[in-house]
Amino acid sequence: MSQGKVWKYGDNVNTDVIFPGRYTYQIMPPEEMAKHALEDLDPEFAGSVRPGDVVVAGKNFGCGSSREQAAACLRGAGVQAVVARSFARIYFRNAINLGLAVLQCDDAVDALEKGDVVDIDFARGEIRSAKGTFRFLPLPDSVIGILEAGGLLEYTRKKLEKE
Amino acid sequence: MGKTLTEKVLGRKAGKEVQAGEVITVSPDYVLSHDNSAAIIQEFRKLGVKKVRAPEKIVIVLDHIVPASEEKYAQNHKSIREFVAEQGIPHFFDINAGICHQVLPEQGFALPGKVIVGSDSHTPSYGALGAFATGIGRTETACTWATDEIWLRVPETMRIDLSGRFRAGIFAKDLSLKIIGDHGAEMANYKAIEFAGPAAGDLSVGARLTLANMSAEMGAKNGYFAPDVKTLKWLEGRARGPFVVASSDPDARFESVLAYDLDALEPQVACPHTVDNVKPIGAVAGKPVNQVLIGTCTNGRLEDLEAAAAIFKGRKVHLGVRCLVIPASWEVYREALKSGALAILVDAGCVILNSGCGPCLGAHEGIMAAGEVCLSTSNRNFRGRMGHRDSEIYLASPATAAATAVAGKIADPREFA
Repeated sequence: MSQGKVWKYGDNVNTDVIFPGRYTYQIMPPEEMAKHALEDLDPEFAGSVRPGDVVVAGKNFGCGSSREQAAACLRGAGVQAVVARSFARIYFRNAINLGLAVLQCDDAVDALEKGDVVDIDFARGEIRSAKGTFRFLPLPDSVIGILEAGGLLEYTRKKLEKE
Repeated sequence: MGKTLTEKVLGRKAGKEVQAGEVITVSPDYVLSHDNSAAIIQEFRKLGVKKVRAPEKIVIVLDHIVPASEEKYAQNHKSIREFVAEQGIPHFFDINAGICHQVLPEQGFALPGKVIVGSDSHTPSYGALGAFATGIGRTETACTWATDEIWLRVPETMRIDLSGRFRAGIFAKDLSLKIIGDHGAEMANYKAIEFAGPAAGDLSVGARLTLANMSAEMGAKNGYFAPDVKTLKWLEGRARGPFVVASSDPDARFESVLAYDLDALEPQVACPHTVDNVKPIGAVAGKPVNQVLIGTCTNGRLEDLEAAAAIFKGRKVHLGVRCLVIPASWEVYREALKSGALAILVDAGCVILNSGCGPCLGAHEGIMAAGEVCLSTSNRNFRGRMGHRDSEIYLASPATAAATAVAGKIADPREFA
């Protein structure tokens, strides 16, 4: 469990504004990607985000391209979770595969605003803030094994070792 | 209870009966990647195995930045070519092939009943031919190279019944934009879309590819047409091997059903900065543009170039407008040379670029400055996608694009008949 500040955005935050296409085919480490995170949506974000912060948004977060950097750049910036009404399906897979928590919780999205301080308790499935405690939807069983291993690469490496 | 096409195709792969909601692990028929293979290779190297498990299933098409515009892209391409040689990957298409989503159908990889995953969000395009095809990320592409398997949740299916026929000047792109405008970019998130109804069979394979391609902008996991006589005819001489045709049972369960009458459609335009911000042409006509792009995996096929050529014939690109044309593949390029369409486009003043993604994703060949406006036949108009964050992208059909290039402002193609 750790504490962080909320960054609040609207519906349909797409992968082009999370991580612009002009950088997509440049190979860079996640810390470098973090410098461009949300560049075309919120130029203030990359310079001010702190480890443990939480991105809160509306429906269909991460729609658009399959670019994995849109998840990696937030992880690289230290974002501990994205809380949204819903996620675009490839973004959901990419986030899980990179160990970025993607939590669905309408109540938290309704209540939380930019700058609110939140704690996320993954074990209890709760987001806690001065505005209340919100339960998020449990993740599907199919992805828990991947998250527990620390991402798909680690999960696959262990599986290949056993073969 | 009957099965949908998706349930049948995934069930055959899983070796058991499956239904929507179930999570299964399958060995895909093909795994697609493009220029992002360079990044995938780096992830693959972290897995501790030397060889990919099934090199014959890997298809790599260089298309995003071809030829390389900068040293770092050149380095990416080089590392991909070296990996292809090292791993003995037989299906590699270099910078003179075209856009992966056109190359895979043309080269007979995209076939009815196949399961294709690709590290590109427009992979659902192959559903046009009755395949199950869906986009995945880089890390899972690397892991699929190593393990030859991937987990998939069997999606629920939404059906869109089509009736009537397109009137002159109206195309599959207009239909796709109308659907997205009506129901939003999230309308089919996690779901399959089946395009059906009496008009589905009348649509050309090219029109089907446009709709399956645009199903990605509806949020769909996969979008498809049941294979029919037209599909099989198109695949003659292309199919790389045997395939099994599947289609939905009459009593299959559809989560929802929408209906569209093609006769009632007019040209549509998606306005900045989301694909679901769609307006009829009359609401945006007259907006001045700096650039027009005709091409991409959505609308770069022969019939698209010919629709544009029909409008450009005897006319010129408006002074001050840059009109870029990108045949979706070299096969399309050659066909458009033979048909005379390219000559008309060149005479009109269009700039013909190498087959590939071009400026669609903002990496090269037609990047826009602050305040500039582009009307494009591509599939996304997100802020900053084709250049400066204060540039604007409008999406429309190739006919609307050509009319716009001639007029210098967004124009109704029906006025250029």
